[in-house]
Amino acid sequence: MSRGRNKDLAAVDGRRFSMDGIMTAVTVVLLLVVVVIPVVSIIYNAFFFQGHFDPKLFSSQLTDAGNLAAMWNTIKIAFWVTLLGTIVGTFYAWLLGRSDIPAKGLMRALFNIPYMFPPFLGAMAWDLLLNGRSGYLNKLLVSTFGLEAAPININTLGGIVFVELSYYFPFVFMQVVSALERMDPTLEECARIAGAKQMTVIRKITLPLVVPAISAGALLILTTSLAHFGVPSILGFSQGIYTLPTKIYAVISRAGGSFEGIRQGAALSIMLVLVVFTALVIQKKILSSGSYDIIKGKSMRPTLIKLRGARIPLLILCIATLVLIVIVPLVMIFLVSLVKAYGLPLIPENFTLQNYQRIFAASGTIDSVKNSLFVSISAGVICMFLGTLIAYVVQKIRPKGKEVLEVLSVLPYSLPGTVLAIGVILAWSGAIGGISLYNTIWIILVAYIARYLSFSMKSSSAALLQVHPSLEEAARTCGASHMESLTDVTLPLIRPAMVSGFFLIFLPAMREVTTSILLYGPYTRTLGVQIYSLRDAGMIPQAAALGSVAIVIIIICNTIVTQATKDRKGV
Amino acid sequence: MDQVILRHVTKRFTTKTLGDIVAVDDFNLSVHEGECFSFLGPSGCGKSTTLRMIAGFEDLSEGEIELCGRPVSIKDKNLYIPPEERGLGMVFQSFAVWPHMNVFDNVAFPLQIQKVNKTEIAQRVKEAMKHTSLTGLEEVFPSDLSGGQQQRIALARAIVTQPKVMLLDEPLSNLDPKLRETMRFEIKELQRKFNFTIIFVTHDQSEAMAISDRMMVCDMGKIMQIDTPENLYNKPNSRFVHSFLGESTFINVVIQDGKVFAAGDTQHPLDLEIPKDAGRNMVVATRPNSIDLLKPGEGPGYPTRIDKRIFLTDRTEYLVQVGDQTLKIQVPHRISFAEGDACHVRFVSPMWYPAEDEAAEKERQRRQLV
Amino acid sequence: MSKVAFKNISFKYGQNQILKDFSLEIEAGEILCLVGPSGCGKTTLVRCLLGLNKPDTGEIYVDDTCIFSATRRVNMPVERRNIGIVFQDYAVWPHMTVSENVGYSLKKRRVPKDQMARRVADALAQVNMTEYANHLPSQLSGGQQQRVAIARALVGNGEIIVMDEPITNLDAKLREQMLTEIREIQRRSGTTVLYITHDQQSALQLCDRMAIMEPGGNLCQLGTDEDIILHPANRFTFEFIGVSNFIPVEVKGGAITLKPGSRDFPWAEGRLPEGADATKPLEVGVRPNDIVFDKDSPLRVTVNRSVFLGSEYDYFVDLGGRELRVQQNTLDAAKYGVVKEGAETGIRLLNYRFYPPKEVQA
Repeated sequence: MSRGRNKDLAAVDGRRFSMDGIMTAVTVVLLLVVVVIPVVSIIYNAFFFQGHFDPKLFSSQLTDAGNLAAMWNTIKIAFWVTLLGTIVGTFYAWLLGRSDIPAKGLMRALFNIPYMFPPFLGAMAWDLLLNGRSGYLNKLLVSTFGLEAAPININTLGGIVFVELSYYFPFVFMQVVSALERMDPTLEECARIAGAKQMTVIRKITLPLVVPAISAGALLILTTSLAHFGVPSILGFSQGIYTLPTKIYAVISRAGGSFEGIRQGAALSIMLVLVVFTALVIQKKILSSGSYDIIKGKSMRPTLIKLRGARIPLLILCIATLVLIVIVPLVMIFLVSLVKAYGLPLIPENFTLQNYQRIFAASGTIDSVKNSLFVSISAGVICMFLGTLIAYVVQKIRPKGKEVLEVLSVLPYSLPGTVLAIGVILAWSGAIGGISLYNTIWIILVAYIARYLSFSMKSSSAALLQVHPSLEEAARTCGASHMESLTDVTLPLIRPAMVSGFFLIFLPAMREVTTSILLYGPYTRTLGVQIYSLRDAGMIPQAAALGSVAIVIIIICNTIVTQATKDRKGV
Repeated sequence: MDQVILRHVTKRFTTKTLGDIVAVDDFNLSVHEGECFSFLGPSGCGKSTTLRMIAGFEDLSEGEIELCGRPVSIKDKNLYIPPEERGLGMVFQSFAVWPHMNVFDNVAFPLQIQKVNKTEIAQRVKEAMKHTSLTGLEEVFPSDLSGGQQQRIALARAIVTQPKVMLLDEPLSNLDPKLRETMRFEIKELQRKFNFTIIFVTHDQSEAMAISDRMMVCDMGKIMQIDTPENLYNKPNSRFVHSFLGESTFINVVIQDGKVFAAGDTQHPLDLEIPKDAGRNMVVATRPNSIDLLKPGEGPGYPTRIDKRIFLTDRTEYLVQVGDQTLKIQVPHRISFAEGDACHVRFVSPMWYPAEDEAAEKERQRRQLV
Repeated sequence: MSKVAFKNISFKYGQNQILKDFSLEIEAGEILCLVGPSGCGKTTLVRCLLGLNKPDTGEIYVDDTCIFSATRRVNMPVERRNIGIVFQDYAVWPHMTVSENVGYSLKKRRVPKDQMARRVADALAQVNMTEYANHLPSQLSGGQQQRVAIARALVGNGEIIVMDEPITNLDAKLREQMLTEIREIQRRSGTTVLYITHDQQSALQLCDRMAIMEPGGNLCQLGTDEDIILHPANRFTFEFIGVSNFIPVEVKGGAITLKPGSRDFPWAEGRLPEGADATKPLEVGVRPNDIVFDKDSPLRVTVNRSVFLGSEYDYFVDLGGRELRVQQNTLDAAKYGVVKEGAETGIRLLNYRFYPPKEVQA
């Protein structure tokens, strides 16, 4: 019924300054500050120097052999992680979605776990186990079999691919499982009636139909992996393996925060962004398939495929995968957090709680937890309201150029965190109006808000789409003013989505490293940065101890989220 | 020859909310060659489950099913032939056209599975598409087509292998009323051309009556009656079938001294022939449009007055008192009365049911609520 | 109960002139059904009344109060118009209980608590929802939610309620029942009801008066249901209100010839109404149930198809190359016999009407 609908109810009311107008204006200003200025700053600084066009820096960076190598590494890693992640994710999704394998519910929950944990902790764990020189498992293998060199070296491109893979395949897994669930079973039954055997149905009907879900998941893996900092930095630095995000970090930290270093970083950022967007374009070309309407009509259980003899071996495979990607890294981190000194064998005699005492005694650690909580909660709350405001403007007020607002609010998410950090540094270190936030906690907060705004906006947008205009109109005819119709009807209805938007931001922000590693100052380390620095400083057991603490915090928060979102009221 | 035979087919389910239920209770029926046979009943009556057992998507709890002279499911012998080997055509309510294939590929799929050679596929698909008015849409994807066209694709896909038996599971329910009517005729046309047997599942009685040669009315897992639409409509064997097929109006009557009195009126008997096995309390069932409404001089009948006159598009509805009950009568606009006018009503070949049916009817409604 | 008057309302949406100089008066205490095909502007009109759309010209009055006037720059805000609305999608607020939903407008109008409780209880009793007062809408069926919406519209003051396709989302059986209930509630409360629908069937069942709108936003006819069915003002109304057959005719010197296509039939029974202009091309329109079989009639037809529908037989017959639809109710079928497919017989036309042929769309 939007045909006859006046866009602006306030205009009908005949007032000059409408609420809708104010809300639109606020949105525009906010997006300008949070998104547009940092992005423009990067481009400006990469190509202009002291007000003059100066492409030398950019071209020198582009032709630098080290940078090109980093670019190739980035592409290679992303390619393999995406390819393998898609295959692994789709396979397990089908196994848990459509076969009669036992304990489905439990395993589905477990397969989602890697999604919750910071990949850099996983990288740490694997480094401890399979480091080329000092990995526990390597040492064990060498001594047991009398080998000359470590049999497996995780500090390689392959190692990086493996660790990223184990954390990113759930992207595809989750998308495909839900697509399989929503699929109309008659689509498959029809093919059976047409004479196709079970395996033919999977090949010709089921798989092609979930291609859109697979490609959506693959896209997530691709962009995330291209921009990923933690794993390659932990596994690659010692061997001189760089990717673009780690190279940017290296350039800036080597330059000690000098402007020249940051400009170089900006130039590299543009390279990275170009790679990301090229990858997106190529991906679109390869998997150019719209989303199909496969939602089911009648509710019927899909027929499960009997695995028969393969049932037990496949179950074992599932369990083995889970042990490898979930249990091993967790146990490793925990065990190492208990040893007196790094390198000592992992036996009870060497265990102590000293590491925990130390980290809790150190003010830096306590500060980092406080800082992380502060920025995560603040970013969560601010984004929750801001995202809802933007969503409301885009979905309900629909001003001219709403597409621009939408793109602007989603843009920072497709920008790698490293790039965003540089933009924020360039914009808010005194370049504009002399405001310098550098080395303060505020700069991290600004970066987080830009980075995570799209999460809450998407969450609120989806909920607002469900709130039919007639609900607000009904309130108006009952005697509510425009403002009252918002506070009495619209806001309460999207409250659950706002809350879940908060947690969608709070959780990843708590474990964030990529952005904050470039923005932290002496007193503004975040939890992730602190773990990273402890490890960098060689205090590995302490890093592991803090990592364990981080994991506990994440588990607690996650439990709260599931409990909080469980009793949502349907809109 | 009978092409689909069900013997003692029973299906039991265990559900979380209702516990054990018998969804299909001892169904026995046979569908003749070239016939259009409908399964009709309210939701939960077992019609869809029966169809899915015939298709091979559900296992039987008891009994056996025979298709074209070949047993396909025999519970006792543990015989079960999977759907793909039953040689059926099937059309679903949700259309179930494959969105990733264009129209041609959708229709050609069954032939490709059978490894028919390319030229023959092209020719047979062309033929099937011609008969379903899809010619010219070969390259189009289903999402660009309307619901009616999508259902035509499903039909073309089902007829392309020229199956002997076609199962249609509420194929028209997702279409708008006008289209439903056209598609009904198209299905009948296709049947005439390709000469297959149809089993048609629906909850819409007018649709079933319009399309079927014979039909089965079932309720709560039991077969109530199997007959031609005319017989089911004119001679329903139970009050349920009477009220399920078309509009009904019921009058409780008492039989006294060989005369029939409407409950609440001991003065004027109704001029009705009493059936042989009638008890004292009976229900006379008829249809609003099978009652003569006459001016007092025009002929004999039960004398009463028009209580209410409701003007409908294609007929006028009158409510009159018969004893202490209200009778609904519908006549063409040509016959006109004003509210308060005296009139005579006369039942034309009504049905008689024992009054106990009333209690059964209430029980049925109660169970449906649960 | 209040009177509503639209005077010369025009409304443009973008380039689209949806309403032009539209005037309509609704009597106090009646149910007026505004019927028209979708896109004819009926929803726009209602939104103008509620204050959700602002017309370009015209005035709207409720009793003697002007709530909108383009020339006098009067535009009462939505929340002060005090008109109840029942939407097609119920629009009950899912986060409020039934009584909170119903009481919302009283709360907004600062009605004292005890009075509010009483009025909410009254309204809920009106729609038979008393026992559900503390339920959330998600616990109710579609029909029950719609009753809540009606109670909410009633409770405000019950002077005027607008219903915009309120039963479209319900299933067929429930639709019938809701219509009866709406009728009863209206009778009890005396509210003026403006009922919008594209479904003439339900409008006929419900209304005191009906207003038929043409695509393009014109009012074709305003009258009682019977008026409209028995005396349709123009061809649009005749076609819109039911199934219709049309046969071109030729009038020469008082004699009428049917020209269905391949063959002409002199039609001795046919009478032109007085004042009809026989110089322009005409078509005769007749309803399927006003065509009866008469084997002696000179209008010869072949029966192409006969379908038993229970309450009636539906025939498609061929009259000189034109397919006509004929309905025979079962009572007549029982009395005069059923005509078999393929048979040749005659027909007679009753209650026919003459209209100009449909203009060819450019």
